[in-house]
Amino acid sequence: MPEITYSITFYLMAAIAVAAALGVIILRDVFRAALSLILLFMTVAGIYLLLHADFLAIVQILIYVGAISVLIIVAIMLTRDARQGQPLGKIKWVAGIVALALIGVIAWGVINTAFYLSSTPPLEETVKPLGNLLFGNPGYMLTSEIAAVLLLSAILGAIAVIREK
Amino acid sequence: MTLLDEFQLFLKTLGWPDWAYYSVPALTGIVIIVAAVLTIVIVFIWWERRLLGRFQIRLGPNRCGPEGIFQPIATAVKILLKEDIVPAKADKVVHFIAPIAVFVPVLMVFAVIPFDKAAILVDLNVGAIYIIAISSLSMLAIFMAAWASCNKYSLIAGLRAIAQMVSYELPVVMSLVGVAMMASSLSMVKIVEAQTLPFILLQPLGCLIFFLGSLAEMNRCPFDLLEADSEIVAGYHTEYSGMKFALFYLGEYGVAFVYAAVITTLFLSGWQGPFLPPVLWFLIKVFLVFTLILWMRATLPRLRVDQLMTFAWKFMLPMSLINLIVVAIEILLVPASLQWVMIVINFGLAAVLILLFSRMFTFGGGRVEV
Repeated sequence: MPEITYSITFYLMAAIAVAAALGVIILRDVFRAALSLILLFMTVAGIYLLLHADFLAIVQILIYVGAISVLIIVAIMLTRDARQGQPLGKIKWVAGIVALALIGVIAWGVINTAFYLSSTPPLEETVKPLGNLLFGNPGYMLTSEIAAVLLLSAILGAIAVIREK
Repeated sequence: MTLLDEFQLFLKTLGWPDWAYYSVPALTGIVIIVAAVLTIVIVFIWWERRLLGRFQIRLGPNRCGPEGIFQPIATAVKILLKEDIVPAKADKVVHFIAPIAVFVPVLMVFAVIPFDKAAILVDLNVGAIYIIAISSLSMLAIFMAAWASCNKYSLIAGLRAIAQMVSYELPVVMSLVGVAMMASSLSMVKIVEAQTLPFILLQPLGCLIFFLGSLAEMNRCPFDLLEADSEIVAGYHTEYSGMKFALFYLGEYGVAFVYAAVITTLFLSGWQGPFLPPVLWFLIKVFLVFTLILWMRATLPRLRVDQLMTFAWKFMLPMSLINLIVVAIEILLVPASLQWVMIVINFGLAAVLILLFSRMFTFGGGRVEV
């Protein structure tokens, strides 16, 4: 991809991502805020694509847009007065100070980190190396198996909690 | 090398600047795909209306042009001229975006559909997951429409949409994994090239599960609970009219075309076939799959909500898991020269499993007996 197309795409994605992120916290209507969050997820996937991480981008859409956002929307369905949003509580000053401090810490961290650029060319085919790493022989076979067991126990736990006596 | 890559190289030799030789072929490709998809969708709409007419022992639209071929165009003009009504209490912005958000993912999926070895917009090495990921976007769009309409029937349809698509995505992905393992690639072109024998012969059960699951994902009969007119008026598009409704309508047929094309690519060996040119083979197969979808619509009654869920979780999901394990074992043990053994085993297995599961869950009477 030529340099100029790359830059234009990146700044477009970045601008939409920032706007969408602001929308999530500014919008009153909880449903619109959730849609804004989904837009944010999609632009982040676009930025992954620009970084040649195509598998990560697709999985971002599949998991975050296709699954997590559905969870959020179902939660909104169970909320009353979703359109008015929640009025600010008594602790808004405390919350504001904590949020500002958090922004400060993150900004300080980003500014003071030296980011290294990799000079190795991106992989043409990303799926096979990833699969070999996850399930191959020296790889992360054990951890991915443990993750599967963890998920299974979470499902069983959820069933045990909601089961009628 | 795809046709677009060749076009790009040609422009490069003409000495076009960097940004131009990169973006002009891409835009050209997109325009061609959109035009082709819309044309084929219009043909599909005509074919469905005519064939449904035959199934229901009536004529169907036959006045406008020879055999009524211009009827979809007349319908489109009529819809364009209709007034666009937005309910007073609707969420106006979301109400406006929803029809667009339904239609765009449908077109996006066509980026990785290989009409021919070279006639593909981009051969992603994650093509098969791309299709699953992008088509899950349209579920959100349907929910946006349902919520923004501020109508209880629409909202019920939205809830049904989420329940249905979340449940049926699992068996669809499971059967796709079987195909990916057999082709040892996720790229659509490589999946087609791996099919010296169509995968429908090697994995009949996987194909059946994928077909039924995709019927549910595209909300066609017998899984069209979202627009069950006897219960919830027109479902999520009750409050839409004019061009916005037309986008939902086009999107519905577009999704049918997408899944017909995906089934053709994954299970019916895509563009491959003797004598005729590859693109024609691809379109013939897509047309056959679409006709099968139509046949299902004309023949089967609509499922109830509880039946729908039972069918997904207790029938399709276990079968797709068993299918996946069996295919994995066969890939490890059966040598490539003995593929006929695999065909025999898999057809036998499919028959036994379907018989067994249909015995275990009878859908008789008024209620599901489990």
